[in-house]
Amino acid sequence: MHPYIPHTDEEIKQMLHTIGVQHLDDLYKDVPVTIKDLRIPEGLDEFTVVSLLKSLADKNKVIEKSKIFMGAGIYAHYIPQVVKALASRPEFVTAYTPYQAEVSQGTLQALFEYQTMICELTGMEVANSSMYDGASALAEAILMAHRINGKHKILMSKAVHPEYVQTSHTYASAQKLSFKQIPLDNFGRTDLQILKESIDENTCAVVIQYPNFFGVIEDLKAIKENIKDAVFIVVVEPFALSVLESPATFGADIVVGDGQPLGIPMNYGGPTVGFLATLEKHVRKMPGRLIGETKDIEGNTGYVMILQTREQHIRREKATSNICTNHALMAVTNAIFMSTMGPDGLREVAKRSYSNAHYLADRMKEKGFNLLFDGPFFNEFAVRFTRDYDSKWRKIFERGVLGPLPLGWYFEEYRDCGLACATEVNTKQSIDEFVELLGCDEL
Amino acid sequence: MTVFEKSTTGRMGFRLPKSDVKEREYDFPTHLTRQKPLNLPELSEPDVVRHYTELAGKNYSVDKGFYPLGSCTMKYNPKVNEYTASLEGFTEIHPYQPWEFTQGSLKLMFELKEALCEITGMDDMTLQPAAGAHGELTGMLIARAYHLSRNDTKRHIALVPDSAHGTNPASAAMAGFDVIELKSTEDGLVDLEELKRYLNEEVAVLMLTNPNTLGLFEKDIIKIAQMVHDVGALLYYDGANLNAIMGRVRPGDTGFDIVHLNLHKTFSAPHGMGGPGSGPVGVKKFLAEFLPIPVIRKENETYYPDFNLPKSIGRTRSFYGNFSVLVKAYTYILIMGKDGLTHASRMAVLNANYLRALISRFLKIASPRVCMHEFVVDGSDFVKQTNVKILDVAKRLLDYGVHAPTVYFPLIVHEDMMIEPTETESKDTLDRFAKILEAIIEESKTNPELVKNAPYKTPVRRLDDVTATKKPIYRWKK
Repeated sequence: MHPYIPHTDEEIKQMLHTIGVQHLDDLYKDVPVTIKDLRIPEGLDEFTVVSLLKSLADKNKVIEKSKIFMGAGIYAHYIPQVVKALASRPEFVTAYTPYQAEVSQGTLQALFEYQTMICELTGMEVANSSMYDGASALAEAILMAHRINGKHKILMSKAVHPEYVQTSHTYASAQKLSFKQIPLDNFGRTDLQILKESIDENTCAVVIQYPNFFGVIEDLKAIKENIKDAVFIVVVEPFALSVLESPATFGADIVVGDGQPLGIPMNYGGPTVGFLATLEKHVRKMPGRLIGETKDIEGNTGYVMILQTREQHIRREKATSNICTNHALMAVTNAIFMSTMGPDGLREVAKRSYSNAHYLADRMKEKGFNLLFDGPFFNEFAVRFTRDYDSKWRKIFERGVLGPLPLGWYFEEYRDCGLACATEVNTKQSIDEFVELLGCDEL
Repeated sequence: MTVFEKSTTGRMGFRLPKSDVKEREYDFPTHLTRQKPLNLPELSEPDVVRHYTELAGKNYSVDKGFYPLGSCTMKYNPKVNEYTASLEGFTEIHPYQPWEFTQGSLKLMFELKEALCEITGMDDMTLQPAAGAHGELTGMLIARAYHLSRNDTKRHIALVPDSAHGTNPASAAMAGFDVIELKSTEDGLVDLEELKRYLNEEVAVLMLTNPNTLGLFEKDIIKIAQMVHDVGALLYYDGANLNAIMGRVRPGDTGFDIVHLNLHKTFSAPHGMGGPGSGPVGVKKFLAEFLPIPVIRKENETYYPDFNLPKSIGRTRSFYGNFSVLVKAYTYILIMGKDGLTHASRMAVLNANYLRALISRFLKIASPRVCMHEFVVDGSDFVKQTNVKILDVAKRLLDYGVHAPTVYFPLIVHEDMMIEPTETESKDTLDRFAKILEAIIEESKTNPELVKNAPYKTPVRRLDDVTATKKPIYRWKK
C-alpha cells in the first residue's frame, strides 16, 4: 500500500475483471519495457524524507534579513503572515487553469483584481494574468514589439538587468532581431545623445529600466521625446512605482517587471512572477492569458478568460505566445499582498527603503567609498570599493552579511564596484555595523 | 463584490516597525515623482482574510474532489511537499549568494536532475524552464542551435502531429521553425506514410507526445525514431503524458533526443490555478553543450553552477528556475522511490482503462485501443441524438460536485471529452463519476433543457464568454 495511491489488491482484481483483462501488463501491450532496474532508491517514509530535506536546507546559509544589502532583481522584504496564510490555501494551490469558469470564480476574480492592480501601478490600460518572471516578460515584450511594427532593431540600455538582457537575446535568437546596447552617461542614466543618434527607421523598440539596474532613476520623459515612434518598453520595480510617476505618463507602450518584491519569498530566485501591461490598442499582440468581467445568465457578475483566440490552444503556431501554465498563484499572492498593504503601506515601505538606502549611501561615503554615479536613486546604488571586490564580498558573507552584488560578474569595467540595496528590513544598527565591517582592514 | 468595492479610505492591514533612521524627502526631479496616489484597496487584515477566503470558497480544487482534466494530470498534491518547500533554508536564500553557501539547494537540484535523467533515459538536463511550454521553447532552441552548429542551415521545418498540444506548434514557431502539421491515422497514431512524405533534409525536428493526446502509445516509436534520424532530424518528447509510462519505458531508450517534463503534472507539484509549474529539459549527450546556463555540476563533493558553456543557447529566464517547485518534485521522488513511481504509472493506466470500460457502456470511445493514462470520449453520436452538446454535459457535471473533464481537445475529435483520472483516485470515486455521467446522459434524453441550462448549483450560472470577448472589460473601474 502507498499513502497517495488507494488501490487494494482486491480492488485491482475487480477493476481488471471489469476491463476484461487478466493482468496489469495486458494494459501495456503496446509499450516496450526498456527499464530493467530503475536506478532510483527505494521509497522512504515521510518522517525520513522530512529530516533529509531539513538537512539539505541546513546546508544553505540563511542570512538574517536585516543583514541583506543586495537586491539586483530579488529583494528581501517583510512578508506579512496573512499573505502566506491566504496564498497557501489549498483551494488556490491545488486548482488548475480556470477552464470551467463557473467553479473557478475564486481564481478568475483574484486574477482580474490582480490585473487591475498592475494597471494601477504601471498606469497602463491592460495587464495580463502573469508571466514566468521579469526576464521572460521582457523577452516576450520585445517579441510583442516586433509583432506591433514588424521592425528588427532593439535598442537596449546598458542599465537593464543583465539576466533580462541574456534572456531577451535567447528568445530573440530565432527571430532575426538585432540588439544595440546604449551606454550610460556620467549620471548613470542611459545616454540620451547616443540613444537619439541610434534611432532610425528600422528601430523596433527601446528598452529602459526604471529605476535602472544601477539604481538610477531614468528620465523617461526625456527618453520618450527622443525615440520617435519606436515601441517604448519600460522595465520597472513595483515598490518604486508607488513613489515614481508611472511609465504610462511618459508614453510607455509596454511595461514589464517582476512581482517578487510584492509578497513572494526570495526562493533562491524562483518562482517569482512576471507582469506585463500595455495599451488597449496593442492587446491583440499581447502574450499570456487575460481575464475579463462578464455576466451569467441570471445577470450576476462573473469572470472568464477572454481573447483566447490569440492563444496557443486555438491559434497554434500563429499564437501571440506559447504560454499555457503561467504563474497564477504568484500573481494572486501579489494581489493579496497589495490588498494587505494598501496604497499607504506600499508608500511607507518605499519611503523606508529610500531613507535606509540613502542613509547607507551616506555612511559609506563617510567611510571613503564613492558612489559610481550621481543620478538620483531609489533603494539601490552602485558604489566603488576595492580592486578585487568579489573576494572581499565573499569574506563579508562569511561574517553573516550579504553585501552588495559584485558588478564585475557582468561588467568588466566595474570590477571594483558593488550594487548595494536597502529595504525596510534593514535597521540603523544593521546598516551601521555593515559599514563598520566594510571599513575593516582585514577584509 | 470586488476587493476595490470593499475598500474604505484610511484602512491598512500592515504596520512597519519603528525606525531610528531619519525619514528623507525624495530628491527625484518633480516630474518623475508620483503625483496621484495609487488607487489600491484599503483594508484591515480581517477584511483581507475574509475577501480571499470567500474567493477560495468559489474554487474547485483537487483537495475538494475529482478533477479528471485530460492531459493535465491532476493528481493529489502531497502536503509534505508544501512543507519541505517552505523550509526557511530554501525560501530565504538569495540567488546571488556565493554558491559555496547554497550547497543544499545545488545538491538538491543536482540529485533531482540525476533522478529525472534516469527516469527519462537522458544524459543531462536543465531545471531552468518555468513550465512545460517554456521547456518546449528551450528544447526547440537547443535543436536549432545544434543544427546551426553543424552549419546545417536549411532545416527550417518542425513536424507536429495534429493531435499535439497547442503549445507544440506555438513553441516551434517561437524557436524560428515553420510548422507542418502531420495528420494522424484513423487510430489516432502517427501515420508513417504521411511522416515519410514530409521527412527530408529541411526537417529539423519531430515533436511527439507519447503516449499521445488520445491516450495511445505510439507503438511504432522505434521505427519513427529511425526514420527521423535517417534524415538527420531530431526527435522531441513532450513529457505531458509521462505519468503513464514512468518506470516502464524511458523516452531516451526509444530514440528521443530531447525531452521536457512537467513537474507539476507527473511529479505532484501542485498546479497553482495555472502555475507556477516547472518544465525541465533533458538531452542526449551530443546536445548537452547547448543547454541554457547555468548547468548544475558536481565536482568531488561540491556542487556548483557552471556558466562556462560557449555553445549554450543562453538563458531562458532569470536565476535557476522555479526552485521551490523543484523541492516539491524532489520530495515526491524520495517518498515514492522506484517502486512507487512504477506503481503510480500502472495505477494511472488501470484507472483510465477501468473508467473507460465503465463509460463505454453508454458513450462512444474515440479509439478502440487500450488506453494509457487517459482516453477520449467521442460524443458526436450523442450530440446528434439529443441536441445536447458535450459542453452542456461538462457544465452539468459541475452541479454534481465533480470537475468536468477537458472538452473539445484534442481538436481532431469533435464533441469530445478527454478524461484522465490519475492514480490517486479510488475505485469508488471512479464508480461514482461514471454513475453521475450516465445520469446526465439520461437527463439529456429525457429533459435536455435541464442539461443545456446547467449549471445551477455553482457560485455563478453559465457565463457569457462571447460578450466578454466582444466587449472586453480588462480591469475593475468605479
